Amino acid sequence: MARDEAVKDLVNRLELPFNAFGIDPYGVSKKHLTTSFSILGWLYRKYFRVRAVGIEHVPKRGRAMLVGNHSGGYALDGALVLASMMLEMEPPRLAQGMAERFINQLPIGSLWSSRTGQLTGLPEHAERLLEDDRLLMVFPEGAKGTAKLYKERYSLVDFGTGFIRLALKTKTPIVPLGFVGGGDAVPTVHNSYALGKLLGVPYVPVTPYGLALPLPASCEVHYGEPMRFEGSGNEDDTIIKGYVEQVKTRIGQLVEAARDSRRSHRNDGGAR
Amino acid sequence: MKVLIAGVSSALARQVAMLMKSRGHEVLGMDRRPWRDAPEGIEVFETDLRKRAAEDIFRTRRPECVIHMATVNALTAGGDERARINVGGTRALFEHSVAHGVKHVVFVGRHTYYGASADSPLYHTEDEPPHGIGSFPELADLVAADLFAANALWREPKLCTSVLRLVYTLGPSQQGTLASFLKGKRVPLVMGYDPLFQFIFESDAARAITLAAEQRAKGIFNVCGPNPVPLSMIVQQTGRTTMMVPEPLLRALLGRFGFPKLPPGALEHIKFPIVVDGRAFKKATGFTHEVDEVEALQRYRLLTAR
Repeated sequence: MARDEAVKDLVNRLELPFNAFGIDPYGVSKKHLTTSFSILGWLYRKYFRVRAVGIEHVPKRGRAMLVGNHSGGYALDGALVLASMMLEMEPPRLAQGMAERFINQLPIGSLWSSRTGQLTGLPEHAERLLEDDRLLMVFPEGAKGTAKLYKERYSLVDFGTGFIRLALKTKTPIVPLGFVGGGDAVPTVHNSYALGKLLGVPYVPVTPYGLALPLPASCEVHYGEPMRFEGSGNEDDTIIKGYVEQVKTRIGQLVEAARDSRRSHRNDGGAR
Repeated sequence: MKVLIAGVSSALARQVAMLMKSRGHEVLGMDRRPWRDAPEGIEVFETDLRKRAAEDIFRTRRPECVIHMATVNALTAGGDERARINVGGTRALFEHSVAHGVKHVVFVGRHTYYGASADSPLYHTEDEPPHGIGSFPELADLVAADLFAANALWREPKLCTSVLRLVYTLGPSQQGTLASFLKGKRVPLVMGYDPLFQFIFESDAARAITLAAEQRAKGIFNVCGPNPVPLSMIVQQTGRTTMMVPEPLLRALLGRFGFPKLPPGALEHIKFPIVVDGRAFKKATGFTHEVDEVEALQRYRLLTAR
């Protein structure tokens, strides 16, 4: 598989404790990162022409939690956020997402998710990564978020509360993000849960053209200023839900801003 | 200190015995298997832990510390006999220790206690229950022995108990689970999976066990060395070649055409990682490994070069 030399350089500049084999303590591999981000980089720049705004809000070092919305289809948005952290940050950072549990059960999926630092979504993993001052990427809508239909692509579904308790417990700043474009790239009209069961995945999105192959829609991601909450993580649900609501509201604002920005860029240049 | 090592004839236990002797301890050993060329000054008794003669050693020699390395890990050993040795032997060792004034028991268990499964955490901490019994019931006796030993922390509060969950060892003896797996020139892996494997060089493992005994580290501890590395890298760095086999085919080949005869659950251990967090042990004893992953694999490659 072709590897991009510039990406190789970015991977070499990651501030992670790689050993002489190019493997970090979580099994993240320089070789696999280079291959993955060579492909993702092309998708990010050429195919989806992603525009990232407010990337300066992401801390250059130390623990932080990127918390965003799913924009539909499948976790295309997650992959492109990973790419934006690697390709646009200075120094580059590896965001580590919490992968759906079924991915680790699948051949190939298990190997590549592990070698690129996308660990199974377990509270133990999230807490440990933050304690190690890593950059965690969280989508509190979960699988319900990726299952949004085309008409729901700018909406937000219910958020889980675990991410706030974790942020409080580990004293981690939350960087909210709003992502748009995923729903245009994979315009889902129906989710087939029966087919998903057959294939060992939660569901299979169905588009007007059948397969859920992504269209070359432009995407935009807006990062907001870090949000900090005080507490231990053991607070009552009412308090936690209040914090969740604040984050959700901010993400909703960022989605709207990204939507407006993308629309104006389309009108200005026509290229997007 | 007078120390009795049960299972002293195994390759790792011999290294522990010699290290303890060199550090000025009085060392006694016990095993069903002989240790014919045992160095002078290490007294070895050829007996089974579960026999009366074993209790006589506790009664007459009054060791202060007992290191239990007499569990059987090999899956090739018969299931019932393995269970009798692992669970019955552990019980006998604790009963004799309590009855005859032993102050400290070090149980040397395996990190495989935690089991390998797709949805278990990457780094296991000591407070976790075992995960993999359902998919790999053949490990149940080792898990039971570990739990029985750990239970002594509450059952026998006057006895200092250390339960060590040691990662795979690699070293000159070329024995142990990982060494057996690396025996051939071509090593089968499950296509599409490449779990992280954690190992410790034998000399470091012997030092860790010795430290646990000397420092009377009370509690349950994961014992590990360098950071884990992918299994395929271990295979390649030790001079072997990987042979990627689709899982259904590998299952069908087990026990045939030179493939090891293993229970189907064993495949989970080459699909998913078992990685432990060894910070508690390091904090309790000050242990740090001396042989890192690069040197360990290079040395093993040279040791096994044909």
